Amino acid sequence: MENTIQTIPQNWYLLLSAFLFCIGVMGVLMRRNAIIILMCIELMLNSVNLLLVSFSAYKGNSDGQVFVFFIMVVAAAEVAVGLALLMSIYRNVASTDINVLNKLKW
Amino acid sequence: MIAEVFNLRKIMIPAILAALTAIFYVNMNNWNHTGDVVIYGINMSHMITVDHFSVAFSGLSILLAAFIFILSHDYYKNEQHHLSDYLSILLFILCGALALFSFSNMAMLFLGIEIVSISLYIMAGSRRFDVRSNEAGFKYFLLGSFASGFLLLGIALIYGTSGSFIMQQISVYAMSGNVSPLFYLGMLLMIIAMLFKVAAVPFHFWSPDVYEGAPALITTLMSTLVKVAVFAAFYRLILLCFTGSFSYAQDILAIVTAATIILGNVVALSQQNVKRLLAYSGISHAGYMLLTLLSINGGNAAALFFYSTTYSLATLGAFTLAIPVFAAMHSEQVDAFNGLGKKHPLMAAMLTISMLSLAGIPPFAGFLGKYYIFSEAIISGQVTLTLIAIINSIIGVYYYFKLILAMYTKPANESIPEPTPAFWLVAGVCVAGGIILGIFPNALITLLQ
Repeated sequence: MENTIQTIPQNWYLLLSAFLFCIGVMGVLMRRNAIIILMCIELMLNSVNLLLVSFSAYKGNSDGQVFVFFIMVVAAAEVAVGLALLMSIYRNVASTDINVLNKLKW
Repeated sequence: MIAEVFNLRKIMIPAILAALTAIFYVNMNNWNHTGDVVIYGINMSHMITVDHFSVAFSGLSILLAAFIFILSHDYYKNEQHHLSDYLSILLFILCGALALFSFSNMAMLFLGIEIVSISLYIMAGSRRFDVRSNEAGFKYFLLGSFASGFLLLGIALIYGTSGSFIMQQISVYAMSGNVSPLFYLGMLLMIIAMLFKVAAVPFHFWSPDVYEGAPALITTLMSTLVKVAVFAAFYRLILLCFTGSFSYAQDILAIVTAATIILGNVVALSQQNVKRLLAYSGISHAGYMLLTLLSINGGNAAALFFYSTTYSLATLGAFTLAIPVFAAMHSEQVDAFNGLGKKHPLMAAMLTISMLSLAGIPPFAGFLGKYYIFSEAIISGQVTLTLIAIINSIIGVYYYFKLILAMYTKPANESIPEPTPAFWLVAGVCVAGGIILGIFPNALITLLQ
């Protein structure tokens, strides 16, 4: 398994996950639909997962892979909470557009 | 939760308080048994390390949590059937905070921060039918998990370069000769994420909104326990991990500190909502606390600890007295406090003391907290920043006095707030703590020196 991962140079993993992370960041900053923003946050976390797995394969130590499990658990919890909050917003204002969230300003 | 099953809601809060007392006692016992934690023969030193720093901050946070629990009984009077949910989530927050004080591994840092944040997202949005609470919860959630993404990327890069999540090994790597540039990128990303969490200035936008929208008791929790926890974690992270390579981030942090102090104070001047005012005051206090990070040397942990204690006692006192006023007036504006000095002299006096302590006026504890931080900063050569901080703390006096003036000079309105005994108890302890620490600071300040 490790050998398979190592057939691709490490920098490529780095570039790929940096690219995915940037897509996630851009999505969070530019999109206005709350569900898409949630997915972009997931993308950010998963790009980090990819990075950790590749680092851990190259270093030959399993800490990174264990950490990935932590991240997956936390991400699942985060999405559960986020969707629950989104549900209660939707029940109150019948929209998932985050521009309606403008009650609190300055 | 277990009490809920057996329909024992009444004993829930006393039981939690008893448990917290026990934990507090165990924690204090650890003072003389610092070092590696061994549980069932397994050495946990790669995950958590107990030292004087963590014992002191854990004690403080357990105390603050106990106060919040005392208040929560009366605050959630009308929502008794959800009480166990709230209480268990508050306990999760305390768990996360305790992990944040004693972590020695990036995994514990991450888990601690996430436990605290995810519980807080829920609590901030816990008024399900109030759009403002929903909005606060969701905004906090979006920005918080966005920041977590940066934190994780930072951790991943540091792991990739140093090959370890253990703080000690990372700091050995950071001291070594050939450090990869990716390590510095990772460090910077982690610092940015932590600045997000403590609401320092370019990343502070969530904080006033969330403070305003969240239920008042949760705002109290956020501005005391959680702020202290995240700050202590930030301090510990830099102290244990990055001291060798910190000079690269120091200039950025200095600019952030100055901006935080100035913007926090200046924007607070124009606030009419008390929760929002205290949020901006919290931002400016975060700026003062950032000063300790700039001159980090392990010795100024005492100043940070003293400052966090005085700040959280004063803020807790202010919120404890403000919550009954909010409830009686159905308003969170500064106007709600009009004439409180005539209606309820004792309450107004206690609130005044909390405000003066926050503003840093002697003889109250807030003054000494600022004094210790500023003198540490000057000793380490941050003269310009300290000057900025001093000038701004004078500006800060103005908006704290806005509330005091409203209480004593404006005409009174009819409804009289009625704090329950629990509120009196907590407010009394906080105010007394503020005065006693202002006169006898030595007991606390020598703890960590």
